[in-house]
Amino acid sequence: MSYLEYTVKTVPTGLRKLLFLNWPLALLLTTVACFGFLMLYSVAGGSFQPWAEPQMKRFALGMAVMVVVGMVPIWFWRNVAGVAYLLSLALLLFVEFFGTVGMGAQRWIDLGFMRLQPSELAKITLVMLLAAYYDWLPVKKVSHPLWVALPVVLILLPTFLVLTQPDLGTSILLVAAGGAMMFFAGVHWGYFTAVIAAGIGLITAVFQSRGTPWQLLKDYQYRRIDTFLDPSSDPLGAGYHITQSKIALGSGGWAGRGYMQGTQSRLNFLPEKHTDFIFTTLAEEFGFLGGFSLLLLYVLIIAFCIASAMSNKDRFASLMTLGIAMTFFLFFAVNMSMVMGMAPVVGVPLPLVSYGGSAMLVLLAAFGLVQSAHIHRPR
Amino acid sequence: MRRPGKDTATSSRLISKRGLIIGGVQLGFAGLLAARMRYMQVEQADQFRLLAEENRINLRLIAPARGEVFDRHGLVIAKNEPSYRLTMVREDAGDVDAVIARLSALVELDDEDLNRALAEMKRSAPFLPVTIADRVRWEDISRVAVNAPALPGVTPEVGLSRTYPLGPDFANIVGYVGPVSDYDLSKIEDPDQLLRIPRFQIGKVGLEAKMEDELRGKAGTKRVEVNAVGRVMRELDRKEGQPGANLQLTLDHRLQNYVQSRLGNESAAAVVIDCETGDLLAMASSPSFDPNLFVRGISVSDYKALTENEYRPLASKSVQGLYPPGSTFKMVTALAALAEGVITPEETVWCPGHLEVANRRFHCWKRVGHGHVDLKSSLRESCDVYYYDVALRVGIEKISEMAERLGIGIRYDIPMSAVARGRAPTKEWKLSNFGSDWVIGDTVNASIGQGYVLASPLQLAVMSARIATGRAVTPRLLKSVDGVEQPSGRGESLGINENLLRQIRRAMFEVSNNRRGTAYGSRIVEDEFRMAGKTGTSQVRNITAAERARGVTRNEDLPWERRDHALFVNFAPFDNPRYAVSVVVEHGGGGSSTAAPIARDITLQALYGEDPPLAAYPAKDRDRIKALQDRLKRERPDFGTIGKVRT
Repeated sequence: MSYLEYTVKTVPTGLRKLLFLNWPLALLLTTVACFGFLMLYSVAGGSFQPWAEPQMKRFALGMAVMVVVGMVPIWFWRNVAGVAYLLSLALLLFVEFFGTVGMGAQRWIDLGFMRLQPSELAKITLVMLLAAYYDWLPVKKVSHPLWVALPVVLILLPTFLVLTQPDLGTSILLVAAGGAMMFFAGVHWGYFTAVIAAGIGLITAVFQSRGTPWQLLKDYQYRRIDTFLDPSSDPLGAGYHITQSKIALGSGGWAGRGYMQGTQSRLNFLPEKHTDFIFTTLAEEFGFLGGFSLLLLYVLIIAFCIASAMSNKDRFASLMTLGIAMTFFLFFAVNMSMVMGMAPVVGVPLPLVSYGGSAMLVLLAAFGLVQSAHIHRPR
Repeated sequence: MRRPGKDTATSSRLISKRGLIIGGVQLGFAGLLAARMRYMQVEQADQFRLLAEENRINLRLIAPARGEVFDRHGLVIAKNEPSYRLTMVREDAGDVDAVIARLSALVELDDEDLNRALAEMKRSAPFLPVTIADRVRWEDISRVAVNAPALPGVTPEVGLSRTYPLGPDFANIVGYVGPVSDYDLSKIEDPDQLLRIPRFQIGKVGLEAKMEDELRGKAGTKRVEVNAVGRVMRELDRKEGQPGANLQLTLDHRLQNYVQSRLGNESAAAVVIDCETGDLLAMASSPSFDPNLFVRGISVSDYKALTENEYRPLASKSVQGLYPPGSTFKMVTALAALAEGVITPEETVWCPGHLEVANRRFHCWKRVGHGHVDLKSSLRESCDVYYYDVALRVGIEKISEMAERLGIGIRYDIPMSAVARGRAPTKEWKLSNFGSDWVIGDTVNASIGQGYVLASPLQLAVMSARIATGRAVTPRLLKSVDGVEQPSGRGESLGINENLLRQIRRAMFEVSNNRRGTAYGSRIVEDEFRMAGKTGTSQVRNITAAERARGVTRNEDLPWERRDHALFVNFAPFDNPRYAVSVVVEHGGGGSSTAAPIARDITLQALYGEDPPLAAYPAKDRDRIKALQDRLKRERPDFGTIGKVRT
């Protein structure tokens, strides 16, 4: 069913839309964000500065953005999907040449009030574009090689630009989210099987190319993979982050060491404790109960998104909701795997909890899209 | 708005199906994450908790205060003194160079130390204190304290460092401490953790080294919480260590100081022992050195001067020096012969100035001979031929046995470095050490304390004390350890006929009280304190027949290292012996001319406990003695300024 099949009149208008927001989802997001505030307050040694307070302000701003984006009709967003995609590509190209170099990578544009990471934006615009693409494409054609090749190019364009920044974590996320979109749209199983096979081939190539002039990854990325595979080999060197992170997490035990009592984070054994490794502080101070609660909240957010997508008869809306849910899932799954020593350290923040402005704003804007789909669903 | 497709329903179903599949996969992965979390936080929690504790907690050692050493009156010989140093924390100082410049205007800074400190500061973490000046004077410290606002990051710190207030007087006994070296560590099996502390001070030589285990004490520990870069965040708990045991010595600081100064710059040693208890009241070895130099880290040139000095200031000659005892050994030979009954005290021997033994002529020191000599006159006038004769009768084995009974050739358990055993030679000893048989000439030489006989000044003093008391007096240096009185060295009876001992003592009395005695010039005239003694002059070279034909070369004409050793042993008062004294002056010439006056002065000093009245000296010596006393008095340190531990 598409928008022409229901009358626009059945869609709430004006401020009434607020009533039709997916309030449980908003509540879940806020709860997760509160976990973040709590932990940022703790890692700052019991202080709202320098992290908790700015984070709260950004979250408030982000929620406002979510509501505003949610009130805008979903068909508007579908119509601007292509433009948004092109804009994010342009921004990626811009940082490629003019971006500020931080942590050895060109990643963000300083807008003064915030630092915009085009790669964050690209994740959402890619989902939007692919949703719009499959909404436009007749279902019968989705598995046609030509119509499969086009979205692959659409995925690989931003992926390539992000990879050259270089930001391996985000590029993997882009590919995974894009692939998931194609899967939702109904692309034939065979393609995925082929890609997975090819992926294994690529990984082999990546390792084979190491040390040769044409090696595919930077040395530090190889080292991260090495230390992921055997973190104990170099506990004070490159494996330090993973080892300390595991110690922090494991020492939390069942109920944790108590709020603001985590020695690992308190004494700076943890790296990036307010950003990528914030989950370890949570797990250290609140133990398994705390960590599992957060995981449960994340799963509920995903569940609400999927439920919303299921109940939405509009193809664009449900595809996009699933895509955003997938992106969100990839964020926390990769981050948690990373700090638990199940994945290499790739620099993916914990969504809504890690300190960081643009990631949170973009994510909440994305949930705004989910809200918009929810409000403007065909009734 | 585009037209709706016909397949929207199918598409919707497909999306739902695939959405659920992915949803299932996501849920599965979340389950995996939860399982992993549970595994790490519940199953492996203890292990990780332990790792976290190891991360955060550092065990630091607290150095215990080293035990102090004091003399029998409680005067401090070795103590721990607060030593001040200046440390600087780079992070607090800000502009390091400016602060250093301001500091050097107030305190004299050693350029070498400063450069080393600056280099260290650059290397280490900015919050770690680096020592920029060590052993800073108190005045400088107070100046720094007053100017503290202008010197950010500079902190005066106090530590303990060993000092020896009487410096050279006890250096040869107590030794010194120094920073532990890799060599020290390599010698110790399973070393104390304390020794791993950089620059931790341990005893290097002497009592400090021998009693190291008692003096060191037990380390305390404190557990501190550190952060990832090692900065101490707080102290969790602290267990104080146990300070080292205090040692009280039997030495008397006044007497020790007197003996040491009386020996002056001679290469000499003297020992004063209490005849009753075996307490060592003084044990001097000269020349001495300042042990404080070693604690601070001695300069290469100072050290070279000490090691290259032919008078060997670093040696403790009183226990390490071994000398042929010469005529001081004659009491041993006489007692051996008397005890065996091969001669009686009244029996005389004819001394023509020499004795032919095995086709070799052994000379008496008096070329013309002593004529008829009995025990008393032989000892008094130190006739050699008498002893050659009786030694041939009694044999070396009995002489050696008597020597050991009287304390020569025995290693005493004195807590000092390299205490020498000396030697009371036997036939078996010569065979196993030289591979040749004992010959009769060896016995003749041994009878007058030459040849293979060797004794340390300590052993000679013990011998004298044993003769004086008839008991096996053993020397004691440690009076108490940590307040626990150590066993006395009183000893059991030697089992020598008291009547014979009395004969020997009487003969020794004549040595310094009969006009013909070899030490008459060094007598004590105070009746109450008359002393008995024996001179000794031991050769360090063989006198060839050619030399003898030319006439004996006078000692003064020989180079120093070939001159005779001068020895003297005594005990006093004769009637009721309290102290036995031995004096050895290396290459000092004659026992009667060099060693006996020193021994007499020491004995009087010991008996009076202060500078003796001039009336105790023979009248003609009094002017000279007065001058000597005045000189030594001027050089004497003010003991009142040195702390006392207890009395």
